[in-house]
Amino acid sequence: MRFRSAPAITGIAAIALMATACTGGGDSDSEGGSAEGGLTIWTDAERADAVEAAADEFAEANGIDVSVDTVAFEDMQGDVLNAHQAGNAPDIFIGAHDWTGNLVRNGAVQPIELPQDRAALLDETSLEAMSFDGQLFGVPYSQENLFLMRNTELAPDAPETFEELVETGTELKDAGDVEEVLSMAVTQEGDPYRMNLLYTSGGGYLFGQDDTGTWDPTDLGVGTDESIEAMEKIAEYGEEGEGVLRRSIGLENDAALFYDGDTAFFVAGPWNLADTQEAGVDYEISPFPGFEGGDPASPYIGYQSFFVTEGSANSALAEEFVTNYVTDTDFILSLYEIDPRTPVQTEALESVSAENPDIAAIAEAGAEGIPMPSIPEMGETWQPLGVAQADIIGGADPREAMEAAAETISEQIGE
Amino acid sequence: MPGGRFAREGSLVGQVVKIGLLGLFTALGVWAVLPLYIGGNWLGIGLVVAVVGLVYYVYLSKRTVPAKYLVPGVLFLMVFQIFPVLYTMSTSVTNMSDGHRGSKEQAISAVESLSVTRTADSEEYALTVAAVGDPETGELVFLLTDAEGDTQVGDADGLSELAGATVEDSGKVTDAFGYTILTPAEVNERSGELEEFAVPTGSGAGIRSSGLSTAYEGRALRVYDESCDCVTDTETGDVYTADAERGAFYNDEGQRLPQGWQVNVGADNFARFLFDPAFASSFFSILLWNIVFAVAVTGLVFVVGLAVALTLHVPKMRGKVFYRVLVVLPYAMSSLAMYLLWRDMFNTDFGVINQVLGLRIDWFGSVWGARAAVILANVWLGYPYMFLVATGALQAIPRELGQAAQIDGANPWQAFRQVTLPLLMVAMTPILVATFAFNFNNFNAVWLLTRGGPLFSDNSTAGATDLLITYTYRLAFNEATAQYGYAAALSVMIFLIVSVISVTSLWRSKALKEVD
Repeated sequence: MRFRSAPAITGIAAIALMATACTGGGDSDSEGGSAEGGLTIWTDAERADAVEAAADEFAEANGIDVSVDTVAFEDMQGDVLNAHQAGNAPDIFIGAHDWTGNLVRNGAVQPIELPQDRAALLDETSLEAMSFDGQLFGVPYSQENLFLMRNTELAPDAPETFEELVETGTELKDAGDVEEVLSMAVTQEGDPYRMNLLYTSGGGYLFGQDDTGTWDPTDLGVGTDESIEAMEKIAEYGEEGEGVLRRSIGLENDAALFYDGDTAFFVAGPWNLADTQEAGVDYEISPFPGFEGGDPASPYIGYQSFFVTEGSANSALAEEFVTNYVTDTDFILSLYEIDPRTPVQTEALESVSAENPDIAAIAEAGAEGIPMPSIPEMGETWQPLGVAQADIIGGADPREAMEAAAETISEQIGE
Repeated sequence: MPGGRFAREGSLVGQVVKIGLLGLFTALGVWAVLPLYIGGNWLGIGLVVAVVGLVYYVYLSKRTVPAKYLVPGVLFLMVFQIFPVLYTMSTSVTNMSDGHRGSKEQAISAVESLSVTRTADSEEYALTVAAVGDPETGELVFLLTDAEGDTQVGDADGLSELAGATVEDSGKVTDAFGYTILTPAEVNERSGELEEFAVPTGSGAGIRSSGLSTAYEGRALRVYDESCDCVTDTETGDVYTADAERGAFYNDEGQRLPQGWQVNVGADNFARFLFDPAFASSFFSILLWNIVFAVAVTGLVFVVGLAVALTLHVPKMRGKVFYRVLVVLPYAMSSLAMYLLWRDMFNTDFGVINQVLGLRIDWFGSVWGARAAVILANVWLGYPYMFLVATGALQAIPRELGQAAQIDGANPWQAFRQVTLPLLMVAMTPILVATFAFNFNNFNAVWLLTRGGPLFSDNSTAGATDLLITYTYRLAFNEATAQYGYAAALSVMIFLIVSVISVTSLWRSKALKEVD
């Protein structure tokens, strides 16, 4: 008789699941994500401790509860959008500024009115980057951009031009000191984020901009002659040319080449700093050099920002938090203590740069940078452009590849 | 079981456990009903009640013995198989995608609320939120301090002077006669009201709050008008009319507002990949490769697995256990990590395969290189499973049959072909069908090795090793616009294809049963 109950247990479990499945189906008004009287913040694990500590202060000052939940950064946008649709989104979340267009398109974030004295504390470019359609949609707090990291034992001097970099690297390679001239992730599918350095230096562009810096999705630069010329220049260093840029170098092995001393030059980002120090490589950070006589190599600048969700049950507190805390020097510095990222807040950036030469050097490397376009059309360019660039580096005809990519992008934008 | 004449009633322990479990289950039902009740979802409540009633009937009645065993499985089937399939089907006939996620009402409210901007050179105020009378229900008022330090009070009717208030240096009002100053927590309680609240300042503008301590004068630039079902941009004068076909507001020039809504598009998504030349060519070439991949992997793991099993089935062989452990090793490792290892091993310049063999094969950059790599890695990961199944099936076949065949003058190949294999296939066919269905949709097998690549610039959405499932994933979840509706239509298609193939193969495998 005892085993008679086994099916009952499973049955009960099944029905419990069935019941919960049904609850998902109903349009309930209950806020699962943001509880009444308490603020919910979603952040990625790297920043969670920092945000938690800072949020506790805010909670104490205002006599409310703040809960910080962890969501992987790459899942954040999708999770927020899905949760917003289901009516249980967080009140505040941390995201990248280039999501703005898509978040706005889905009505998932609300505009933020920064008082002038608060806005004055932040870097102006960052606020432009966070704006869409003339509205500010988030408060930026940290920034990141690519730079050139070099092994000072192998290459004591920073190269002025890309040609010089290749020359130094080739000499080292011929002498048998290194295996690779440069470690720059190209990947099989292409990496337009990194390739943008050489692409802009060669004269290529992605979208046109009007005088105010607003991106114009109707002016696509991918198939234009300037961009094709840029890719022709890049192709000289590809697999059929010098072999400096190769599809076999990807995100899974680009850093390892540098840490193991197999290359003197590495196109890196702030996320590589901790591992480089751990690997014990003597390194220095400098701006990525452009082609001789070309335009400056322009890295994309990515801003990390605090967004307030549209329809949050605690919008008053959420707005208060992002306008008055995220712009506050002490708050930003306390975040930096736990999770060192280049601050956007001018005062905090100055005080951090003074004590950490790396931060200053990264900011300098980003001086020629442009904020990544945040228009939704941007999302349509990654895949086709990346594939075309990888194709060209593999030896395909630059004109054909770029024109095909332009066609694909125009079609997708047109839908 | 002990229990004497109570045996038919079940033991006391059994009864207690049963009552306990039913009680627990009822509690679960109540727990499930509460949020449904708050949400006013009567259909859901009815469903929960019906299921609870059914379970009570089945487990308390004496006559429903078979159902006692069937009910849990059927319920699980409903929740985990039928419900998701139906949900996917319902999504597949919509245009659900980024910019078309919610309802029209949501889109309209987003269009309006996202267009509230600060009026040019408007004044900023230090804000103190207060209420008339009770902090929870009293009418909201804004106590505003301008840059000169003058205080005003704003309510739903407009601004008026506020005299005799105590003001801090920051401009915050700490005390005002006739008004209750709200604490941050109290203000937050009324966030919903605050969102809607604006002190009218004429010509459609109003003073709104931004957080707890600042206010600004702003206006909604875009206004929806129900009579023409359109949105007017007061700044540019553009009129955007609702298009029910496409689920967005378009102006005369065909430009749309970013916020759209979900509409029913019927079979459009299906028509797109079946009949639209650009998509159809991708779809059918991927489908063809998908079938080739699943057949090749299933066939090869079967051949390799069976060959190894036969080799280790020889009675006189020594160290069988050791060899079997060796053979099963790939199966025992995490396939996720193995795929990534294989990916690195296939790397053109740094991969161990090219280096050891002295080759310069561009594995992941060429169509057939990538396809070979994907099949190779999957055969390596898959054959141990076949080996285990085949070993088990071989044990069940009496060796005398093979020996009898040899006495009759058959050579070993004939004996295997005519006697062993048919008997083996009876047990193996369902396994082969399952392996085929699994590989047909084996997302990791492709995504972790090649990510569906190589992709070429003339068609950057469909790769040479893409399975339908990875193609669908790329369409739905890459950095570009997520197209749930289209992806759902593809998923329904995959579901139909796999179902048809599985059902026909299983039906045909019944013919093999005659061997018995």
